Amino acid sequence: MLTAVTLLTGLSLALAAMLIAASWLLPDREDDAASRVERVLPRIQCAQCGYPGCRPYAEAIVAGRADINRCPPGGDATIRALAELLGRDPRPLDPSLGHASMDRVARIDETLCIGCNLCARACPVDAIVGIPQTMHTVLARYCTGCELCLPPCPVDCIELVARHA
Amino acid sequence: MLELTPDRRLTGGIRLLAHKAQSTVEPILRGLVPPELVIGLHQHAGTSAVPIVEVGQRVAKGEPIAVPGPGISAGVHASSSGRVRAIEERLIPTGARLRNALCVVIDTDGEDLPYRDAAASAWPSDRAAQLDLVRRAGIAGLGGAVFPTATKLEGVAGRCRALIVNGAECEPYISCDDMLMREVPEEIVLGVIRMADLVGAPLAIIVIERDKPQAIEAIGRAARAAGDPRLRLAEVPTIYPAGGERQLIELLTGEEVPSGTYPNAIGYVCQNVGTAYALQRLASTGEPVTSRIVTVTGLGVAEPRNVDVPIGTPIGWLIEQCGGYRGDVARLIHGGTMMGYALPTDALPVTKATSCIVAATDEEIRVDFDEWACIRCGECGAVCPARLQPQELVVAAIARDFDDLDALGLDDCIECGCCDVVCPSHIVLTERFRSAKRALAQHVRRQALSSEAEARHKRRERRREAVVEDTRAAQEALKAQLRADEAERRRAIEAAVERAKRRKHGNVEP
Amino acid sequence: MIEEPTPSSTRAAPRRFETAAPPHTRPISSVPRIMRRVLYALAPAAAVYTWFFGFGLLINFVIVALAAVATEAAILLLRRRPVARTLRDGSALVTAALLAFALPPLLPWWIPALGGFVAIALAKQLYGGLGKNLFNPAMVAYVLLLASFPVLMTQWLPPRMGDIDYRPLGFVDQVRYSLLAELPPERTVDAYTRATPLDMVKEGLRAQRPFQELRGHSMIGTFGGRGWEWVGNLIALGGLYLLYAGIIRWHIPVAVLGGLLLPALVLHLIDPSGYAGPAFHLFSGAALLGAFFIATDPVSAPTTDRGRLYYGAGIGLLTYAIRTWGGYPDGLAFAVLLMNAAVPLIDRYTQPRIYGHAKR
Repeated sequence: MLTAVTLLTGLSLALAAMLIAASWLLPDREDDAASRVERVLPRIQCAQCGYPGCRPYAEAIVAGRADINRCPPGGDATIRALAELLGRDPRPLDPSLGHASMDRVARIDETLCIGCNLCARACPVDAIVGIPQTMHTVLARYCTGCELCLPPCPVDCIELVARHA
Repeated sequence: MLELTPDRRLTGGIRLLAHKAQSTVEPILRGLVPPELVIGLHQHAGTSAVPIVEVGQRVAKGEPIAVPGPGISAGVHASSSGRVRAIEERLIPTGARLRNALCVVIDTDGEDLPYRDAAASAWPSDRAAQLDLVRRAGIAGLGGAVFPTATKLEGVAGRCRALIVNGAECEPYISCDDMLMREVPEEIVLGVIRMADLVGAPLAIIVIERDKPQAIEAIGRAARAAGDPRLRLAEVPTIYPAGGERQLIELLTGEEVPSGTYPNAIGYVCQNVGTAYALQRLASTGEPVTSRIVTVTGLGVAEPRNVDVPIGTPIGWLIEQCGGYRGDVARLIHGGTMMGYALPTDALPVTKATSCIVAATDEEIRVDFDEWACIRCGECGAVCPARLQPQELVVAAIARDFDDLDALGLDDCIECGCCDVVCPSHIVLTERFRSAKRALAQHVRRQALSSEAEARHKRRERRREAVVEDTRAAQEALKAQLRADEAERRRAIEAAVERAKRRKHGNVEP
Repeated sequence: MIEEPTPSSTRAAPRRFETAAPPHTRPISSVPRIMRRVLYALAPAAAVYTWFFGFGLLINFVIVALAAVATEAAILLLRRRPVARTLRDGSALVTAALLAFALPPLLPWWIPALGGFVAIALAKQLYGGLGKNLFNPAMVAYVLLLASFPVLMTQWLPPRMGDIDYRPLGFVDQVRYSLLAELPPERTVDAYTRATPLDMVKEGLRAQRPFQELRGHSMIGTFGGRGWEWVGNLIALGGLYLLYAGIIRWHIPVAVLGGLLLPALVLHLIDPSGYAGPAFHLFSGAALLGAFFIATDPVSAPTTDRGRLYYGAGIGLLTYAIRTWGGYPDGLAFAVLLMNAAVPLIDRYTQPRIYGHAKR
């Protein structure tokens, strides 16, 4: 009886000591929940979810303020990945949101552009270049298709076209 | 000439019923001129050729109708004489799939008049000029992949360890290379020698599977007659997919092509025997590629045989020349039954990729697509020439688990289809791998775009913060200045007030 | 060689065809065919078994099979999966046959019925059905029955041999015992049952009697137990047929038998009277059945050839260890289950090097 109690107590103490030692010695690989959620998101900062960027949306998901089906460019794949990460059920994309897609890029109709520079200021990834009052253009390689440049354009000269077209 | 008999065994692979005897009884049927030609300008891998003819223009056989496009490309020629009726987009069969491509549609005149080029293209002596001629003549891998030959030869020229000429023809039903080797072995051997010259290969190995004794005999005789010390003839075991270029290199040399690269990375170049023949025709007579040998076979065709078909010939018309359809044709297959794909209609034209047309009836193809559960028998892994574990890959493919797919080597799958054939549960494997490959490639592209976007966004945020910080600092400085000015003014006022007070009380103005 | 071209006919309307993804070649095998062939391969052994030990095997097989198929059908209905098609895969019948071979021939009906139920419900369908189970269903059921009903599960019959006091139980008597637990009048179960050769030798060796003397017993034949060695021969023949038909590969049987016979040979050479020889081990108990039919169950075995060698060798060694030093006369079922648990690990560390990749 005494042997058993001593043995088990000793064993649990030893294991506890190992766990504590491990938590001290091993590097902390898991960062905070919001960062892990953010990594699953497309991180193109399109703001179509209603939050100003991917990080704020990730924080809102973690805080339970936002659902996981609010990322149009990520689509089903992102919803599935989020569902798996967070242990929730996947659900279809919220249809009330936009339809930004990473398969498309913005293109400026250069004959209509008035060089107002508003689109370049709206672009979250600096993919639009141009000197004010002159023609602007989209660097297709960096454009994420987020559509944030569309609303500010006063002459509606930006359209989205298929990537690699 | 040294006869090579590699004693190495292929990794994986399966023995399949060849179904080749039926199409090798009759000699190659030549001299066909179809009433209409639909010649695709983007039959080859790379960029589309650019048309240089106009609607209504008369063209002769062998006349260039399109010149190579930018980058990797190849020229296209009229395969018979006639009048250009239209230049329009049509569906054509290419290496691995159907593709919408610009096509030159020609109403033939039946004369088959050859094109007389003023600068009759004699085989140049300079290598760059030779490669340019090969490119313009539209020579591209006639084994079925249609990769422009000039680019492939260029990629290994000067550091080639061996030229491997593929006459293995391991795919079931296809016998076009076999018949070509039987009928024109001398020209093939001469073409091989020219190719070896072009890339500076110290060895030129012609590889034939053991189930083609006549071809082995014919090529052996022609090679001995040619007497070139670089020539070798290798007989390899009849096992599918021994004719894949990675598999051939493994069989012949024991080396493996590193993952994600092509044979030229280790100094090898593989060419099909049909391509060698096309090169010899170009060098000796100046003829570009205007036709290719097509095996028309399957239980659903009345007279299976090999045919020398003008490029652009409608497949339905071609089958009529082979006695037409027979019985219930369940599927029309472009290529062999392992890697070939099903055609939706016989209105499509023959291209340089068309090695074989199988009109298959129910009894020779898979028609039941029901699956049982995987019983982990491991046969798929045992036959996989890439040594993958298809039974694990398919789980990851269905789940779209990209990390697993990558770790399990999805991109090393050569899509040979062996795993499907041996699976006792009849699980659809290769097709799932094909679609998973596309999804994985898209995933990788998106990840790259996402990382790039994240980095650019962070830089932009930092820049904006810096601007805000600068503005705030400037405002602070201004405020401090204003405060200082204010204090100064107040001091001045106070001083003035003091002076006034003093004047009032003492009148002792100094 | 150049022929006249056929005159071009008027163009027929284009024909349309159904499409499907390649490969178009028909699969060369199927799960039902594999299962059917495993059953065929067991049939000669079953016939010989019946000749030596009576109809118990066949009666047990019918009961296990009915229970297994009924259980599978019921659970598939509950899971809303296709019942008829899944039952046609034949895997439940193979499980039933293997379990029937493992059971003693003289049993009340509810033991094989319980075995069939446990094998399918607990060991197979709870994991997700065919292909998903970690453990061999027949062995799970056998071990569960052995642990729960140790007396009933060790009632073995002596073989039909002239010099053995064999008391034949006819077909009707066997069925009566199975269904009604009734024996011919004035008889008890003990009058029929005998220890198995493995049991006998184990007890004898434990009692310090030399192996040479034990071999002289009338229950022991040329190599292993009398009667049993003939069943073993036929099992091996069935196994060779499976090898020939490409249903199993050589790795597992060779490794199992190697793992069992090598230590048996070494220890027998060192101490011939204290340890039974390799021939006795080979032709006794479940060695051959295990090597060719049980350990080769693909679902619960590793998928790579190298992994299968480790797995088989593990089963052989553990079987020998349990037979020689453990509490049970035969250890194959336990060895299989233990190695089943190691399969994910084996699979993980025996992945072949992918073509074109550097050695890991």
